[in-house]
Amino acid sequence: MSFMQIKDLNVHYPIRGGFFNTVVDHVYAVDGVTMEFEKGKTYGLVGESGSGKSTTGKAIIGLEKITSGSVIYEGEDVTNKRRNRNSSFNRDIQMIFQDSTSAMNPRKRIQDVLAEPIRNFMNLSPKEEKKRMIELLEIVGMSEEALLKYPHEFSGGQKQRLGIARAVACNPKMIIADEPVSALDLSVQAQVLNFMKDIQTEFGLSYLFISHDLGVVRHMCDHISIMYKGRFVEQGTQKDIYTNPQHVYTNRLLSAIPKIEPTTRAQRKEERRAVEIAYRADAEKYYDQDGKVYPLKDFSPTHKVAMMTSERGEN
Amino acid sequence: MNTSKELLKIKNLHTSFRIKDEYFAAIEDINLTLNENEVLAIVGESGCGKSTLATSIVGLHPEGNTKVEGEITYGDRNLTKLKEDQLNKIRGNDIGFIFQDPLAALNPLMRIGDQIAETLKYHTKLSEKERTKRVLELLDQVGINMPERVARQYPHQLSGGMRQRVVIAIAIACKPKIMIADEPTTALDVTIQAQILDLLSDLQEETNAGIILITHDLGVVAEVADRVAVMYAGQIIELAPVEELFGNPKHPYTRSLLNSIPQIDSENDRLEVIHGMVPTLTKMPRTGCRFGPRVPWIDESKHETNPQLHEVGQDHLVRCTCWKDFHFEHEEGGLNHELHAN
Repeated sequence: MSFMQIKDLNVHYPIRGGFFNTVVDHVYAVDGVTMEFEKGKTYGLVGESGSGKSTTGKAIIGLEKITSGSVIYEGEDVTNKRRNRNSSFNRDIQMIFQDSTSAMNPRKRIQDVLAEPIRNFMNLSPKEEKKRMIELLEIVGMSEEALLKYPHEFSGGQKQRLGIARAVACNPKMIIADEPVSALDLSVQAQVLNFMKDIQTEFGLSYLFISHDLGVVRHMCDHISIMYKGRFVEQGTQKDIYTNPQHVYTNRLLSAIPKIEPTTRAQRKEERRAVEIAYRADAEKYYDQDGKVYPLKDFSPTHKVAMMTSERGEN
Repeated sequence: MNTSKELLKIKNLHTSFRIKDEYFAAIEDINLTLNENEVLAIVGESGCGKSTLATSIVGLHPEGNTKVEGEITYGDRNLTKLKEDQLNKIRGNDIGFIFQDPLAALNPLMRIGDQIAETLKYHTKLSEKERTKRVLELLDQVGINMPERVARQYPHQLSGGMRQRVVIAIAIACKPKIMIADEPTTALDVTIQAQILDLLSDLQEETNAGIILITHDLGVVAEVADRVAVMYAGQIIELAPVEELFGNPKHPYTRSLLNSIPQIDSENDRLEVIHGMVPTLTKMPRTGCRFGPRVPWIDESKHETNPQLHEVGQDHLVRCTCWKDFHFEHEEGGLNHELHAN
């Protein structure tokens, strides 16, 4: 069913030091991550800063070198040809960045920004190209006038929508969205999220939605993976994660989300304290001696948790 | 709440910035009080003037390009009339300030301990030894393990959450009566955010300080605030106790904002969108309801020509009269125009 798999993905950065500047250790930014992607679904990747969620996204699309592991796209191992100019992977997997301002060349007009993927991947005449760009602008709810403007002339939400327009220019199969709404105001955020859902139903896109905001992730995602120190601590459907979280780290994340209910806040503060204490006390149940997360184990058919099994605990 | 002491009173505050030889008001007609042992939250989207309000209170605007009119009464003094050196005596001592970006607020070339001691040196007569002792106390108070070690470190050696703790330590060093926190947790992860917010409320219990919390995050507001002022386009459009604001919001803007949050417990597939954009400073309409253009389906006659704050309940103020007839667009069965918002 799934059109893309990543298997045991590792991204390690060497730490150099010592007398001859030799490699003394590694940073395990992504440490054995496995995922599957189905058509038309949204996959959430959640974690705190430094957990490796962005690195995972970048490694999949090829902006980051993979140390080991493989990316399999439509049955073919594309690990080493992710950035090949003519590969279908390169065209079908696109990315939206958090900071839409720095994702666009400030000296190019929108028509050139949008035309870049079209020129790279689609053999269109200048006339068709223009037609396609106007189509794209229509999809994101903007008028043709935008073509001659520069990125700085747009507001943050508009720029983010242009970033999405550029990503969907070549009818991709999947979009990796790295914190696409974190820099936006609430009302604008709602616009962009609605719009991402619209194009998903229209084009059957899949998303890898990277975010630290569990409220937004809940709204957007079908499957969610929680990441900590380069590994997954829990993986499951949206329902599994939010109604039946198993890992103490997931609990801690969920308890930290502010809720719009001022009347129960004292109670929530107590809960947070309790979870924090549990987090400290039960650490060895969830993390090994080096503080690393255990490998994922099946908890139910859709739900995987990284926990020490009870058998192992007895040894 | 009426029994508690009034710490700060802001009356008719206007702050205008000069743009090409013309002054444009970034905030207008602000009337607020801050009481002892209270968290007053100021909420709004970017560009609504919430940070301008905070920096106006402590006079951080350059005089040449800004006009601050109105009264900010602290004790028996009007802060807008004070000179720079008089203000310096108040900043840090009576009013502590917590900034959004702790890395920018800290000096990268100075050890943490020295940065905290700097405030103490300026405002108190403590000896060097006592200062060092107090620094360690403060670091401990903001929940930093191994204060001796951290005091000798530089900002870049600390994580974001630790840095924000240090900034808070500096802000509370002289036990200020008022703390102004400008987006104190925006740059932090949710778990760290929860810790910092808990820390702020714990510190408040100890010191009885009044806190002005500036944020765009309604979740944070619901978590810590006692009273909330919602700002839009430079004006306060709703002011209410926190339960009242979330339980019984009145102004169309407040209601629209609350509606656009992806709620953890709701299965609603579509989020509400507010049409249009906040007008820029130079293009701000100076008459009429400023939120009017963003709810075009509400008849113009429902708005006041010169919207004022009206009391609609106990301590609950709402600007303009349009809230009485406000309904969301879809409630009338209108089409969804969200995509064509701009």
